[in-house]
Amino acid sequence: MTTVTRPVAPVGDPAVGRPKRRRTPKDGGSGLREKKSLPMTAIMIVFLVYSFAPLFYLIVNSTKSQDDLLSTFGLWFGSGFDLFANVRDVFTYNGGIFLQWLGNTLLYVVVGAGGATFLATIAGYGLAKFRFIGRRLVFAVVLGSIAIPGTALAVPTFLLFSKLGLTNTPWAIILPSLVSPFGLYLVWTYAVDAIPSELLEAARMDGASEIRIFFTIAVKLLTPGIVTVLLFSVVAVWNNYFLPLIMLSDPRWYPLTVGLNQWSQQASGVAAHPIYNLVVTGSLLTIIPIVVVFLLLQRYWQSGLGAGGVKE
Amino acid sequence: MHKRLRMVVGAALTTIAVTAALAGCSSGGSGSASGSGNASAVTAALKKGGTLTYWSWTPSGAAQVAAFEKAYPNVKVKLVNAGTGNDEYTKLQNAIKAGSGAPDVAQIEYYAMPQFALAGSLSDLSQYGFDSLKSKYTSGTWGSVDLDGKLYGLPQDSGPMAMFYNKTVFDKYGLTVPKTWDEYVADAKTLHAANPNAYLTSDTGDAGFTTSMIWQAGGTPFTTDGTKVTVNLQDAGTKKWADTWNELVENKLLAPTPGFTDDWYKQLANGDIATQITGAWFPGVIESGAKAGSGDWRVAPIPTYDGTTAVTAENGGGAQAVLKQSKNQALAAGFVKWLNSSNDSVNTFLASGGFPSTTATLTSSSFLATKPDYFGQQDINTVLAGASDSVKSGWSYLPFQVYANSIYADTVGQAYQNGSDLNAGLKAWQAAIVKYGNQQGFTVTSK
Repeated sequence: MTTVTRPVAPVGDPAVGRPKRRRTPKDGGSGLREKKSLPMTAIMIVFLVYSFAPLFYLIVNSTKSQDDLLSTFGLWFGSGFDLFANVRDVFTYNGGIFLQWLGNTLLYVVVGAGGATFLATIAGYGLAKFRFIGRRLVFAVVLGSIAIPGTALAVPTFLLFSKLGLTNTPWAIILPSLVSPFGLYLVWTYAVDAIPSELLEAARMDGASEIRIFFTIAVKLLTPGIVTVLLFSVVAVWNNYFLPLIMLSDPRWYPLTVGLNQWSQQASGVAAHPIYNLVVTGSLLTIIPIVVVFLLLQRYWQSGLGAGGVKE
Repeated sequence: MHKRLRMVVGAALTTIAVTAALAGCSSGGSGSASGSGNASAVTAALKKGGTLTYWSWTPSGAAQVAAFEKAYPNVKVKLVNAGTGNDEYTKLQNAIKAGSGAPDVAQIEYYAMPQFALAGSLSDLSQYGFDSLKSKYTSGTWGSVDLDGKLYGLPQDSGPMAMFYNKTVFDKYGLTVPKTWDEYVADAKTLHAANPNAYLTSDTGDAGFTTSMIWQAGGTPFTTDGTKVTVNLQDAGTKKWADTWNELVENKLLAPTPGFTDDWYKQLANGDIATQITGAWFPGVIESGAKAGSGDWRVAPIPTYDGTTAVTAENGGGAQAVLKQSKNQALAAGFVKWLNSSNDSVNTFLASGGFPSTTATLTSSSFLATKPDYFGQQDINTVLAGASDSVKSGWSYLPFQVYANSIYADTVGQAYQNGSDLNAGLKAWQAAIVKYGNQQGFTVTSK
């Protein structure tokens, strides 16, 4: 793992101009074993198939029309190639509601996940680098909140929000997304190791304000941790289903997850009008942004996961 | 598809909904006092205009709203698709519980009507003189909105049950079109023996189907009088159905394909599922969902137990109701009246593949003479209109049927899954219904 050889993240903007590192240095003495294991390879292949099968299904079936979808073999291409027609239909069906859902999802992700990351960063930094009364209590509360799944909180949150008159508004999705106990905990543990207290002392000696120290020193040292939290939050908010499902009744505020489910539901009941081809193609389009984000930021993800795993 | 997940989520959602169900009972009196409106108030409101919110998932909703706004230019209707069926009821129940956020008008299926009506969430439309519209609708649908002497909505569509069958498959395997349930079971055995991939029908356990089948068999398992509810899922009619259907369940003669999934549409199109016992709205569904089956399908009256007297039940279909939360109930009532009784609106609804509830349409010669190519130019509406005349009267749903249906999979659904006795599953369902009803403040007696 890269973190092992690089205990402190490099200072500077990591997104630009950082040379790509080879995952496993080929030069001798790296200490990494290069041993081939047949059972491990087999298990990896099974995993690979397991992970790729749904994606493969999605890609294959997004090229089919609704009729082909029902009349041809599910795991191979059909008689026609309707991907572009499907994509066009996805964006134009029902007055282009898909675009609206995409916009909503982006709004929830930018404000919700962005806000969650920001809050987790300041709070995590503060808890890691300042001593104050009640710190242990906060620690206990945060650890406790990680243990409670968001789904369990959705119903009480709904009742609370309905009292406040916030249901069926974007706030109903954004406000709960802003809180990320796991992200806070991650930044906290990361900050303990990544920011040498001596550095902060030196900055204070030089007369820098706490706010300036945070934004010019801490944030830069914490970048890998912050990006990891951002990635976790973005994925969580992008895939958020249950909360918007119970909070929202107006499709104009739906995120993609709930919207696609509505399209899928359209195939059942009295006035059933199946549009599975649009559901499949819409799902494919929905995962593309998250795949791109993941690929771009995955090295931070790895280093973030490794953070706190090594004691110096 | 993610049936399981959907069930879990559904159950969780219902939990919220039901906490609200009875809460509505006590706070139902909010909104304007009933009996304050009258027929002229509706006319005046339509003239004055205003804005309405209308929740519906009907495909023809947008076209109907556009036509209405054209006819009444002062009224603006905001059409919202808040989900299909149960999804919408959960949101509706939540909004009622929250005290705000409910629409002025909502589409509510017949089976869910008592839940909202008896909890006092719906406006009584007889205050506007709408009870005089009774003769315009079939008795089956009117009975579903006219509860306890109050009118809680106007019927939009209906689903008298019939048997839709794939004639190509019937001809190929030499099956006769069954007139009785015994013949139906015999056909199921013959077909599956001749072609192990083919099933006479599909049923993986669906509460709506079960209740309709019990209805057809003459059962009345649910009776409600105020807050007193009696449940008997072992009465003569219920047992009659369960014993017949056990033949199919226990011998694994039902296609293990959940309804309305992509696989289900596929098998309807390729003949692996040869019949559907379902509501008269089915042609619209199969024509749009299983295009490849065109020309193969026909319709016949539903089989009966004695093979002589035609008798059927309603399956699916619903009405539009005015919510008590609405600030402009007279205007909302005017919209509902136009929506479900004007020729303009009903014809728009028909064009989208719906099956009507208005007798004028059901008896009109143009309607009866429709001969769709999908059904080999059979005059299917003659058969289906006949079905709507032979709906058995006296049926009623539970005042918390939406919840009851949501736990059906855990009880009767288990019998389907294991291929075991349906009666055991029905008893378990009954126990769960009784327990839940009592928790909610009803006095539920088990018979």
